Amino acid sequence: MANESDFRLDARIPTGPIAEKWSKAKFEMKLVNPANKRKYKVIVVGSGLAGGAAAATLAELGYDVACFCFQDSPRRAHSIAAQGGINAAKNYQNDGDSVFRLFYDTVKGGDFRAREANVHRLAEVSVNIIDQATAMGVPFAREYGGTLANRSFGGAQVSRTFYARGQTGQQLLLGVYAGLSRQIAAGKVKMFNRTEMLDLVVVDGRAQGIVVRDLVTGKIESHAAHAVLLATGGYGNVFFLSTNAMGSNVTATYRAYKRGAGFGNPCYTQIHPTCIPVSGDYQSKLTLMSESLRNDGRVWAPKDKADVAKASSDPASIPDDKRDYYLERKYPAFGNLCPRDIASRAAKEACDDGRGVGPGGRGVYLDFRDAIKRDGEAKIREKYGNLFDMYERITGENPYQKPMRIYPAVHYAMGGLWVDYHLQSNIPGLFVLGEANFSDHGANRLGASALMQGLADGYFVIPFTLGNYLAGVPAASLASTGAAAFTDAEAAVKGRINRLMSVNGKRSVESFHKELGHIMWEDCGMARSKESLEHALKAIPELRERFWKDVTVLGGKDTFNQSLEKAGRVADFLEFGELLCRDALEREESAGGHFRVEHQTPDGEAKRDDEKFCHTAVWEYQGDDKAPVRHVEPLVFENVKLATRSYK
Amino acid sequence: MSEPESNDKPLNLTIYVWRQKDAKDAGGLVKYDLKGVSQHASFLEMLDILNEQLVGKGEEPVAFDHDCREGICGMCSLMINGRPHGGFPATTTCQVHMRHFKDGETIYIEPWRAGAFPVVRDLVVDRAAFDKITQAGGYITANCGSAQDANAILVPKDDADRAMSAAACIGCGACVAACPNSSAMLYTAAKLAHMHNLPQGQPERMKRTLAMVDAMDAAGFGNCTNHYECEAACPKEITREVIAMMNRDYAKAALSYREPTAKSDGAG
Repeated sequence: MANESDFRLDARIPTGPIAEKWSKAKFEMKLVNPANKRKYKVIVVGSGLAGGAAAATLAELGYDVACFCFQDSPRRAHSIAAQGGINAAKNYQNDGDSVFRLFYDTVKGGDFRAREANVHRLAEVSVNIIDQATAMGVPFAREYGGTLANRSFGGAQVSRTFYARGQTGQQLLLGVYAGLSRQIAAGKVKMFNRTEMLDLVVVDGRAQGIVVRDLVTGKIESHAAHAVLLATGGYGNVFFLSTNAMGSNVTATYRAYKRGAGFGNPCYTQIHPTCIPVSGDYQSKLTLMSESLRNDGRVWAPKDKADVAKASSDPASIPDDKRDYYLERKYPAFGNLCPRDIASRAAKEACDDGRGVGPGGRGVYLDFRDAIKRDGEAKIREKYGNLFDMYERITGENPYQKPMRIYPAVHYAMGGLWVDYHLQSNIPGLFVLGEANFSDHGANRLGASALMQGLADGYFVIPFTLGNYLAGVPAASLASTGAAAFTDAEAAVKGRINRLMSVNGKRSVESFHKELGHIMWEDCGMARSKESLEHALKAIPELRERFWKDVTVLGGKDTFNQSLEKAGRVADFLEFGELLCRDALEREESAGGHFRVEHQTPDGEAKRDDEKFCHTAVWEYQGDDKAPVRHVEPLVFENVKLATRSYK
Repeated sequence: MSEPESNDKPLNLTIYVWRQKDAKDAGGLVKYDLKGVSQHASFLEMLDILNEQLVGKGEEPVAFDHDCREGICGMCSLMINGRPHGGFPATTTCQVHMRHFKDGETIYIEPWRAGAFPVVRDLVVDRAAFDKITQAGGYITANCGSAQDANAILVPKDDADRAMSAAACIGCGACVAACPNSSAMLYTAAKLAHMHNLPQGQPERMKRTLAMVDAMDAAGFGNCTNHYECEAACPKEITREVIAMMNRDYAKAALSYREPTAKSDGAG
């Protein structure tokens, strides 16, 4: 157990002007001799854009890579579900974009809670990502002349988003998977499908391996390496209902946290404004409707409460002067393309005001009537056909005729394990990439920036920074999986599984997850207060206690057992949810996706407190029976002036 | 496929589910009665409801693969009443909703059936054979860092659109499950057509075609005998044209492509 004096947060931000930091850092980094690289073993957990790109690229460089994913193939990682696009500062549209503007938009969009140097690097390498993905054969949308097409996305006034129909995530992931497959075939990457990481192994203060469970045979096994990379995605499923894939979980990062890695800003969760509303208590997940729809769809709710019933059954009958196009009204400069946190809160506000449409009054309209009138149905079908079809499949309603009903849903985690400029956590040798780290999006992520960050970390950052780390680690120092740290961790993993299987209670894992999600959404969702958070901090430990007394996990531990997989993940969510609420309680300001009702402007906008909270909160685990310690990394803004964020 | 029910009445269903402990077990259909399923629930949510009931009775829940539940990850499968993904147009199992079923209906649910996709448990199969086909050549050799500016490669819009349509494959395996020969031709050909409609795919075109077809055969998939069940079953509407393209390329490559040797390289 790390005591407070061991806990160091050195962000290792290079000195010098912002635009030169990354070049300078790259030059100053130590290199590993090409002939020595094969002697270094690297573990990559996760095979999405960040993990898959890292595994493939590190193997191309010559490292000995092992990659793990819980799905049946690396191609299925949740990056696949991203619909709308990927940002890059190419300025192909000649509309005023630049690396600095993408940097500026991202820092502002994140409500000034991201680290400037990381964000600038992200904007710099964004252009290389598009080049690399294109070379890999990613079929981005094109203009008739053969050049790449772009569209605009929330939070930006330029068109810098590249896309592949409504499945940009899948196409980028298939590019990554192709590169990874090439390295697997070449024997440079050993791929472990259907294998879940259940613990991190730290030896002599360095991350040197992991303990995994083979999900088909149930076998518990250790793997040693010179460095461990976690690219395990976000924790949105702590809310039970989210747009995340069913398997997305916090276990890998939370286990690392319990081994001493700092957890950064867990309260920063993104609620996406345009999702299909909840339809019933059987609901297992929520489906996102791409933000790109806000390019042509207009968001509205009835002006008068009296019109709600009529608007719900026959929206076309509500005349324009009885409709409140509230985003256009409140944010004339950005209109329907204002950032996600702002659009989500505005939808909640309209529904809280009693003007929501559809079942339970939890919905607003995303209306394409005017776009169809302007451009014709064929044009709209070409742009968004697959999304419209998906909406109809799920709801049974035709969005060409009736506006889409939408409501905000949990979508993305800006928080994650704390990392320095090198993407290394406070545990040497443990690197964290993509959504799993906290680094680039501050308190709110802009649309089309998640894919960008995953690929930036995997393709263009870690290949440099990992080499710098490994250059200082002797190749001969590879730990033995027979060492005590490994056997102890294996014993802990097995003990935990035995404990889960021996409760023999009455309630399903699913029912506990649902109950936790309800607490999280009600008390720590789009609006949070001291009162609601204190309630959650009481309710979650009680629920956790009931879980360990009354959960039932059927089946065997040495077989394919989805209940057992889920039980372990939910057990971690039951601890992590408390950490998230604790962070939300301590951050007494509103910023981006974190909205504290006590801290708002007279017109209901988020009110930051830069004097007290211009920092990243980093939580250090102290033991199951002790409160974690909150550390801070101060944020310094030298290039973007701290200002009240305005999209008016 | 039936028209959606017009009312909101919950459904009572009889379902037969394939239960199989592991790859070695013979397995068989087990009957379950399910009452009060909302028409707005998805097919997988209906299975969630069944599993909750089974757990409540102390019985092991049904294992089935699923992840994104929005039709893109390719993880979900299921033969529903003998049709992959239930046979609804352009729809994966996770996007099928119960409003397409009638009150009192009997539904049969089985795993993908193909020698190359062995059953892991219940409705879960092992699709590693698809990974093997991709590993044989389903990539463009371009190390990270070696790319030129993206707009230096001009791609006619029609070609890009064709490539995109083929690339839409989610690797679910419905094509294999639908085919009487358990052929993976649609899957393999879609990957090839994605790359071969693009200029970036041309340098390795012949070699890639031969390698991927060989890998497909080696994995134990059958041949195509033009039933086109694959096209009908594909939730991403990949057309059989990709198979024609692959066959043309394969014939050409098999007849004309040879690995270069030191002798034939020419250059001193």
